[in-house]
Amino acid sequence: MVNVKNSPLKSFNQRHLLGIAELSPHEIQYLLDRADEAVSVSRQLEKKKNVLRGRTQINLFFEASTRTQSSFELAGKRLGADVMNMSVASSSVKKGETLIDTAMTLNAMQPDLLVVRHQSAGAVELLANKVGCSVINAGDGAHEHPTQALLDALTIQRNKGSLDGLVVAICGDVLHSRVARSNIMLLNAMGARVRVVAPSTLLPSGIDKLGVEVFRNMKDGLKDADIIMMLRVQRERMTGALIPSVREYFKYFGLDAEKLGYAKPDALVMHPGPMNRGVEIASEIADGPQSVIETQVEMGVAIRMAIIEILMENTKNNGGAS
Amino acid sequence: MSKQKTLIKGAYVVDPSQGLDGIFDILIIDGKIDAVRDSLTTPEGAEVINATGRHVFPGLIDARVYVGEPGGEHRETIASASKSAAAGGVTSFIMMPETNPVIDDVALVDFVRRAARDDAEVRVYPAVAITKGFEGKELSEFGLLQEAGAVMLTEGKRSLQNNLTLRRALTYARDFGMVISQETIDPDLSSNGVMNEGLNATHLGLPGIPREAEIITLERDLRIAALTKGNYHAAKISTSDSADAIAKYKREGNLVTCGVSINHLTLNENDIGRYRTYLRLAPPLRDEDDRQAMIRALADGTIDIIVSSHDPHDVDDKRHPFAEAAEGAIGLETLFAAAMRLYHNEEVTLTRLIEALSTKPAEIFNLPGGTLKAGSNADLIIADLDTPWVVHEENIVSRSKNTPFENERFSGKVLQTIVGGRTIYFDNT
Repeated sequence: MVNVKNSPLKSFNQRHLLGIAELSPHEIQYLLDRADEAVSVSRQLEKKKNVLRGRTQINLFFEASTRTQSSFELAGKRLGADVMNMSVASSSVKKGETLIDTAMTLNAMQPDLLVVRHQSAGAVELLANKVGCSVINAGDGAHEHPTQALLDALTIQRNKGSLDGLVVAICGDVLHSRVARSNIMLLNAMGARVRVVAPSTLLPSGIDKLGVEVFRNMKDGLKDADIIMMLRVQRERMTGALIPSVREYFKYFGLDAEKLGYAKPDALVMHPGPMNRGVEIASEIADGPQSVIETQVEMGVAIRMAIIEILMENTKNNGGAS
Repeated sequence: MSKQKTLIKGAYVVDPSQGLDGIFDILIIDGKIDAVRDSLTTPEGAEVINATGRHVFPGLIDARVYVGEPGGEHRETIASASKSAAAGGVTSFIMMPETNPVIDDVALVDFVRRAARDDAEVRVYPAVAITKGFEGKELSEFGLLQEAGAVMLTEGKRSLQNNLTLRRALTYARDFGMVISQETIDPDLSSNGVMNEGLNATHLGLPGIPREAEIITLERDLRIAALTKGNYHAAKISTSDSADAIAKYKREGNLVTCGVSINHLTLNENDIGRYRTYLRLAPPLRDEDDRQAMIRALADGTIDIIVSSHDPHDVDDKRHPFAEAAEGAIGLETLFAAAMRLYHNEEVTLTRLIEALSTKPAEIFNLPGGTLKAGSNADLIIADLDTPWVVHEENIVSRSKNTPFENERFSGKVLQTIVGGRTIYFDNT
């Protein structure tokens, strides 16, 4: 693994992190390496670095989220930034304010960083074009969720050493999943062999052209896999519209011991959370020895600390919002 | 009282209604075309327009225009749509009943006619709802509405879904010689889709609308049209399969016609780029193969007419994410220039373009205009086919600025728009 932190060439010069699509493999590796170092900070008794003292981070979540929001909040706080959470899902948007108006209002408060989640694809980019500060995409519709893909990659890298050549099976609701899209792009960029495994009703059109192998059953899809990434399935999508029932879904696509047996013996089991136990994953697997689901949560804080710190380094001389 | 005379000299005239394609003089007397000849002497007292090097066409007739009046005057009024039309060389348009309230009774048709007479300089013809309130149940009063001035029956942006109601509507409309015009979209198959289904939509993370949502509804409609021998017009097709279906039913002698929006002739799904909300259209922009198929179908006459599908929306729509923005874009002012792209690219002949933009819509919807024959209304445009210009939001006449052609370069511009012999638009640039 190359440590490029101290190299004279700065390897990530962007103002925002909007998607994996915009990143080069070199940039991805740089983010992962920086995050790898950040892991230790959270493991110390004294978890606080003061590098971002006086800088302001606003978490702007148009869609409810507990995990991602608290992960970003902790990351910012451990770097010493002032972090504010704005839950807009229920407030101004309902009063008819447009996305841009909300953004401009916050922009006028001179934050240094906006962390944004929105239910519509493209919304975070739209907002990033209108504000003076850095923006991190914390998930936009079914488009991208770059920090999730990066934390998944960090988890894999720390366990397997490298992503190159690994067989990764992404299983479940690929159709509605921004996690799947970001992961497909990142894993492909880093040389992994990506598979998607799902019933056809949960696969988007043209998926086979995204550089993945498509499987419609777990037996073939998980065969010799190094990594199994389970995706959350929304319960409202399992009431007869896209799949007939929870029972049927679990039988064919839920990860249990038998299906896990198709993968390599040292395969890692991952899930972006929150899990539906007994729907896409059996409890014994989620809590089993191959599961790295809790590590993913830990890596989430590290990757977000690294990204926030890098973006704030990149904009240090801009004086924040303008 | 002396007569008002205008002589347009030396223009290159294209009038598909009488096969004119060459340099002619045009004499207008009291708002009517008096003569179109190789050379005409200037009558005493006539105003002379020297149009050497310019083109003259019958004024454009746009069969699909959404206006905000009544109910959405902040987007567009009949008056502002008329000004926008004039600037684009559109001398007549059919106004969709997609208003609030829906235009489905005689009093509302009267309202539109009066507002058009008093406030509009171009000719405005109302289309009316097929069913009361667009509810898909009771037929509106076709006969009385026609007498009041309605020229088209349509459910606006939705398609009548009940097969029996559609059958009855086509059958009953036939007795009055009225055309049923449908936008063909299956509401279930398109469900929450916002762009063409496929790899692009998957990349952007946007829900897609399959081509079949259009084709299935169209084929269903065509079968019922054949069954009833009714007069059916597919308002805006967007796929090669739709064009094939239309061609088949035409060959079999049915009274079916179809239109295409100028957007689907000149743009494709790649133009959406990074979520450009003004390119969220219905039907959605398709891929390049389908766009090429639309051009071929227009050139060979399968597609009868081109519409702007002018659909004004608040500029605020740009402040929303793609999936939350309204569908539709304005188009009256860019209709002619965008169509000239097909001419400059040598994809469609000038005659065929003018036919699709003027002569044919007049014929299908039984409107005056679309011709420069002696005795007809002097509705015409003078244009330069090569004038370069760029679409800038600040120059848009329409009350709404949601153009899909922002910052696009065009060659060809309407220089003068004449309705009933009177100049209602003159290009000052």
